[in-house]
This record gives sequence, C-alpha cells and structure tokens, in this order.
Amino acid sequence: MNMIKATLVSAVLALTAPAAFAAGGSAHAIENVDFSFDGPFGSYDVNQLQRGLQIYTEICSACHGLKQVPLRTLGDQGGPHLPEEQVIEYSKKFETFDPDLDDFRPSTPADHFPKSALSNAPDLSLMAKSRAAFHGPYGLGINQLLKGTGGAEYISAILHGYTGEEKEQAGTTFYENKYFPGGWIAMAPPLYDEAIEFADGHENTVDAMAHDVAAFLMWTAEPKMGARKQAGFAGVLFLTLLSVLLYLTNKRLWARVKYKD
Amino acid sequence: MSGIPHDHYEPKTSGEKWIHSRLPVVGLMYDTLMIPTPKNLNWMWIWGIVLTFCLALQIVTGIVLAMHYTPHVDQAFASVEHIMRNVNGGYMLRYMHANGASLFFIAVYAHIFRGLYYGSYKAPREITWIIGMLIYLMMMGTAFMGYVLPWGQMSFWGATVITGLFGAIPLIGEPIQTLLLGGPAVDNATLNRFFSLHYLLPFVIAGLVILHIWAFHTTGNNNPTGVEVRRTSKEDAEKDTLPFWPYFVVKDLFALAVILVVFFAVVGFMPNFLGHPDNYIEANPLSTPAHIVPEWYFLPFYAILRAFTADVWVVQLTSFLTAGIVDAKFFGVLAMFGSIGVMAAAPWLDTSSVRSGRYRPMFKWWFALLVVDFFVLMWVGAMPTEEPYATISLIASAYWFAYFLVILPLLGVIEKPTAQPETIEADFDAHYAPKVGGTSTIVKPAE
Repeated sequence: MNMIKATLVSAVLALTAPAAFAAGGSAHAIENVDFSFDGPFGSYDVNQLQRGLQIYTEICSACHGLKQVPLRTLGDQGGPHLPEEQVIEYSKKFETFDPDLDDFRPSTPADHFPKSALSNAPDLSLMAKSRAAFHGPYGLGINQLLKGTGGAEYISAILHGYTGEEKEQAGTTFYENKYFPGGWIAMAPPLYDEAIEFADGHENTVDAMAHDVAAFLMWTAEPKMGARKQAGFAGVLFLTLLSVLLYLTNKRLWARVKYKD
Repeated sequence: MSGIPHDHYEPKTSGEKWIHSRLPVVGLMYDTLMIPTPKNLNWMWIWGIVLTFCLALQIVTGIVLAMHYTPHVDQAFASVEHIMRNVNGGYMLRYMHANGASLFFIAVYAHIFRGLYYGSYKAPREITWIIGMLIYLMMMGTAFMGYVLPWGQMSFWGATVITGLFGAIPLIGEPIQTLLLGGPAVDNATLNRFFSLHYLLPFVIAGLVILHIWAFHTTGNNNPTGVEVRRTSKEDAEKDTLPFWPYFVVKDLFALAVILVVFFAVVGFMPNFLGHPDNYIEANPLSTPAHIVPEWYFLPFYAILRAFTADVWVVQLTSFLTAGIVDAKFFGVLAMFGSIGVMAAAPWLDTSSVRSGRYRPMFKWWFALLVVDFFVLMWVGAMPTEEPYATISLIASAYWFAYFLVILPLLGVIEKPTAQPETIEADFDAHYAPKVGGTSTIVKPAE
C-alpha cells in the first residue's frame, strides 16, 4: 500500500510541473471568465460569436488575419451560424489573389479569411489555443476540464490589461500591459468603450467587447468543439455501459474458478 | 510450440484437415488463443492488451491522417488545420492519435515497471525483455518523429535539440546528424524523412510485438508469485492455469474498456491538456521559444540527459581520462542511452534467485524508490536548468543507475527472501479458498 501511495503522490507531483511551466511568465495571473463554452457540456453562444465577428471585422482585421479559417464556416451550426446570403455578402469584404486571373478578386465563401495585413501582427486563427493559462490542481487538469485551457481568457485579459503607460524604443512605441509576458506590447490599445455599435444594442464596454472577441477567437481556433464534446460524451457513455457489462461478464466467468464448490 | 503441456488444435472436418495439412494457420491461432495462462495474474497483467490496442489505434488513425496530411514545410501546418476543420471527423482522428501516443506511453511504463517488480525479465524470459526494450526504443523514435510532423514551434525546436544530440558523438556524430536531417539544419528534407519513417516504424514495432508474444508464449507468462507453472503433466498444468480465452480475454477487455472511458473523456473534453500550446504556432526558425520542453513521456530521460553538466566531477574525470573525447554534451547523451541500456541489462544485473518482488523484503523498498525516482526525473525534466533542479536531477539520475548497477547485484547476495508459495494453485487458493463442508467462508468466526 505504501508503495502505491508513494507512486500516486509522485505521479501527481510530476504531472503538475510541466503544466505549471507551460503557463508562461506574464506578470499577472489570468483570471477565469465564465464563458458559455467552458466545461464538458459548454457550447458557443451564437450571438456572442456574431458580436465577436463584428469586432474582429471592424477593429482587429485592420492588422490581423485569420488565414486558417475558411469563410464558409461562418455559416456553420455550432459557430456564428450566419445565413448563407450573409456569408456570401460578408466574403466580398475581402479580396483573394486568383492565380488564373493573375489579380485579386472579391473573396467567396470557398476562400479563407486573409492573412495579417501588418507583417508583425500575428495571425489570430489559433491564438486561443497557442496560449494556455489553466492547469491543475496537482496536474490532474480538473481546472482545464471545467474552465477550458484559458486561451480565451488570455486574449480578453490582454485587451483590457493596458495601464496607459507608453514608451519609445528604437522607433517603436510600446504600451504597458499587465498580462503580456514582459509587460510591454507593440499593439496599441485596440478597444475603447462604445467603439462598436451592436445592432441589438448589446453592452459595448471594453470588458464586454473583450469577452466577445475572445469567444470568437476561441471558435476560430477550435471550430469543432461542439461536435468533439458530443463525440467524447457518446464515447464515455457507451464505454461506461460496456465496462459495466464486461465487469458482470468477467465476474460471472471467474466465479466458477474462484468459488468452486 | 513447446512450453506448458496443453491440448493442441485437432482439425475435425475434412475442410479443416485440408487447410491444416497445407497451412496450419487455424491451429496457430487456436494454440495462441488457448495458451495456458497462470490463473493468479493480477490487474498489472492487463497492459499488454492495452498496448496492442494502442498500436492498432495509432496505425488505423495514422493511416487515415496520412491521407490528408502534406509533408512539406510550407503546407504541413496548414494541412493539419485542414484535417481539424474540413476533414470529416478529422478533429477526432487527430486528437485520438495525439492522445493515443500518451496512452501508449502510460501503458508501456506500467508494463515495464510491472516487469521490473515481478522479475519478469529474469531467466528464462530475457529475450522477451530485450525485445520489449527494443519495442520501447522504437516507440520513442516513432513518437519523436510524429511530434515533428505538425510543424509547430515545439516540433521544429524539439527536432533541432534532439537531432543535435547525435552531433555530440565524436567523429561520426556530425555525419549522422546530417544524414538524419538531410541537410545542415531541420528543414523540408527532415520533415519528409521523418514522415516516411514515422509511417514505417509502427510496422517494425508490430513485427517485434509478434516476436515478443512468441517469446513469452514459449516460456509461459510470469505471474505475481514468480513461481513457474508445473509442467510435470497436463493435469498438473491445468491446476495452475486457465486458457487465455475466455478468462483473460474478458478480464483484459474489461480493463481496456475502463481505461478507454478515461481516454475518451480526455479526447472529448480536454484534448490539448497533455500537449504544449506553443505547437499551435507555426514553426519559425528565426524565433526560439522561451522553453523547449519535450512531451511528458520523454521527460525522465531528458532530465538524465541534462543532469550531467561540465561541473559534475564524474563528467570532469571522464573528460580527463578520455582526453576530452567524452565532453559534457557527449556524456549526457551516453547517460541518456545508458539509462535505458542498464534497464535492458537487468536480467544479468539482478543476482537474486527469487523472481517476484513480493517475496523480497528489501528489494520492495528500493523498487518503490525507483518508481518515485522516475516521477521525480519526469518533474525535473520539465524544469529550467537552474538550482535546485540541477542538483535534484543529478541525484535522481544517480539513483537510476545505482539501482541497476549496484543495488540489484548486491541485493541478491545480502537479502533474505521470504517464503514463496509451492505452486500457483496454492497462491490462488490462498485468495479464493475452496469451500469446505458447505460453509461459505473459512474466515475465523467471531470469538
């Protein structure tokens, strides 16, 4: 028994370490936000994704791209779920280079979002998955199971983490941000209160918009989250049932060997 | 097949006889499935089935993934995203494949430590053990090359660091490194050959698995007592064993189903938990990540690799004695491969006449410490190379070698083993006593 206990304790310790380590070195801990897609049963909020899309389109897309994301997926169920005509209309906002024409043409739903317009602005397609804030406790991943990886929280934290301080360095202006590793970020504060008017008059404070665009970027990073959770749930349910049946079969099979008359 | 006496396949119908006289494949399958198996096997004997399942899972998901993946530095990352977004069920295929690798290693470590505790490596099962170690090495190579394929930041920089190890070998090191990479640095040629080998090696593993099973079917399974099955007659053997089908097949499938419940929960609800977030950033040779960390299953050996720095006296002495040929970097590489080498040599290092750790009172504690040591190494492997982690990893690495090179040989001489049961049947009956005179228990009645 001692041996098993020692093994378990050390297993827990060993697995905590890499997780804590991967969390990165931002000055402030990233706080949890209760997103609709957290937890094993969470799913995206269609309205929130549509607001996030609007914020991305009006603000972020000036510099950042989403090159991995096909425009047609904006119509996907479990995603922003825009009607087909809207997806077609929306696609026309962007231009795609067509090798046949040897020129740019308006994008169609079959094309992807464009890549970043500014060379030093990272592509945002997978940003929410390339950052992780939540692990533990003890490396068991319970936090990640219940609160998500923390990538969306990281994005929203960055968006409202500006202190207002600026500095010039080698001709570039840096802005102080509590949550950015190193504390100084080259991106100017992108959001301000009432920067966007939502058609339904939804709250448009910096905090509310930061959450909306973070949720949208979680969707761009993991568009199949809903289907994945469903498949996982079906797998867990089916295999639990199978385990019970196999347990009973096994018990019955061995009974005549273990408890012979 | 020699081994434990048991009933062999006899073709009955004329059709069966026709096949059997030309290719006795049905007989081979029958004898494999009905192999007499010690009836006292405990739950640590289920990992073989889990491992077989993992190999099949990885091959099946991997073949389908390969249909949609493009091994080119400009397209690899995007093709993985194509799998995640456009391929039907692609996100499940990829997450099962990625987490399947982790399940594979959890199972292989449990399997190896089972063997170390119950003395499964000892005579006459040395060849089974050696083949097992070869399979484990192949698994590490396959997993390492597979991790490079998504062409993320950790893929690229992990490949750069690990292939750099071969460069540490004197004289032949750099040609080997160039051959591995297909050029001076990790690039398209590297990605292509890693993809090719990542596809090839699992089939080599499958071949070795057949040899592994053949070997232990010849010697018979070990069991928790380490006492051999009686081979004096078929009747005696039958008192110690049960046929693999249906008893152990059903037991193993039950265990597998329980493990898969956890596996599907991880795949469905937290598939990126065991991966590194940086691998969702496309490989960039101009930007080195802050910390290059291998996947969790490499961490113990990564810790041993890093433990032996130039300020350790053993390294300095070795460097002095070899006139600088074995420097700190090469010493680390030797230590890493040596740590698996000493494990492979366990059959000849363990001098005890008793097989199972159950009857070795001193061995038990040293073994428990080895298990703890393994997890400590895994932990420090993920830590930065600074104090106190450097000292901890040095002590933990030293214990790993001491266990195999000093403790195992010495224990056989100084330890006084406790009494082993006469037979497997006796051990089994001690747990499940036969009913006596109609009473259901033979537990001491209350006084």
